[in-house]
Amino acid sequence: MFPLNLEFYLSLLENPLFRGLAGALGVITVISLAVLILIWAERKFVARLQHRYGPNRAGKYGILQTLADGLKLFLKEDILPEKAEKYAYTLAPILCFSLAMLPFVAVPVERNIVVANLNAGILFILAVASLSIIPVIMAGWSPNNKYNLIGGIRSAALMISYEIPAGLAVIGVLVLSGSLNMIDIVEAQRDGWFILPQFLGFIIFITVSFMESARPPFDLPEAESEIVQGWTTEYSSVKFALLMLGEYTHAVFTSVLIAILYFGGWMGPLFDSPFWLALKTLVIMLFLMWVRASVVRIRIDQMVSFGWKFLIPLSLLNILIAGAIKVF
Amino acid sequence: MLEEYVTVAVFTGVVVVFSLIALVFSKLIRPSKSEPEKRTVYECGEKPFSDAWHQFSVQYYMYAILFVIFDVEILFLYPWAIKTQNTEIFAAGLLFLFIVFAGLVYEWRKGALEWQ
Repeated sequence: MFPLNLEFYLSLLENPLFRGLAGALGVITVISLAVLILIWAERKFVARLQHRYGPNRAGKYGILQTLADGLKLFLKEDILPEKAEKYAYTLAPILCFSLAMLPFVAVPVERNIVVANLNAGILFILAVASLSIIPVIMAGWSPNNKYNLIGGIRSAALMISYEIPAGLAVIGVLVLSGSLNMIDIVEAQRDGWFILPQFLGFIIFITVSFMESARPPFDLPEAESEIVQGWTTEYSSVKFALLMLGEYTHAVFTSVLIAILYFGGWMGPLFDSPFWLALKTLVIMLFLMWVRASVVRIRIDQMVSFGWKFLIPLSLLNILIAGAIKVF
Repeated sequence: MLEEYVTVAVFTGVVVVFSLIALVFSKLIRPSKSEPEKRTVYECGEKPFSDAWHQFSVQYYMYAILFVIFDVEILFLYPWAIKTQNTEIFAAGLLFLFIVFAGLVYEWRKGALEWQ
């Protein structure tokens, strides 16, 4: 009933329906596993930087800690706050998870390995990334809790300050690559990664990626020491697990995007392989964790004016540099 | 090219269904003993004294208005960016960038970029 030759299954992938199905299951599996390991790695890494041990009970070196936490969340009671807007409350985790996974559809891991090779790949990715604010605001508003609401409103402030510098920083890469297609962008870096001509753009984009994934020093939406747990305060059980998974996936995704836009994606010494992309992503993730352990949270008005008075003029200058390099 | 978007649509559907399955699956195995105390919203252990759905001042509303304008402006830069091959197109883009920058400086001088 099931033919055993590989060619048959590869030919199934020519069909867009099968490719979407297989791609979605593949992305969910790989990203969930990566997030499980990365959360453990982050806790362990930050703990060592702060002279603590971090998780060390579940499994060797505590490596099963995240899995144990996830299973525990699955078995916990789901509590609906009494005055909550029920539908928005339930829809927010679903949207948060889906919108976090969706941009991976256009991410190529190798020259020919991509779920959907979109012509306007980077535009699609930026569009989906800017939608990801909606579940956060839904989760902030719907449970009728003040901490959630403040977290959601702060998240909107964060979005207002990062979205424009992010879009402008990407334009610098597009000027050099001359294409919106993700594969073409990576292939344009065959003679040299874009981090060299676009160093300023890289600095802007990595700063913006801290904001986009709401990580310290820009973790205002869930500032634990000020507003309890921010926009996820009233969430419990599997809904909380989906929100956290979605949030962490944003951090992973921005790391992948930086690796593709500035570090030549799957290109590396000797051979091209998805292994290089994974390695680069891991190094960038480690950098994000390192900053988390080292820098303090900034105030909301400082953050918004940092975005508008510093990042936007700088990214306009960056476009100028990119254009000058391309033309002259 | 259109079939790539069929893939995207299927991908979206599978991802949404996956999260729905997670919700339903956990509903089958978790306990469900709802009590009035459990369902009160968290407010540092106190009884919440009012709804959260108040009218209140969103202090960055001025940024939000400017955000819409700038977001549309950078959208115009994308077609320019991928066609910048020679000096003429580059110069045309510079003119546009200058207008955007002048707009930013104008708003800054008018005090729109100050926290209200």
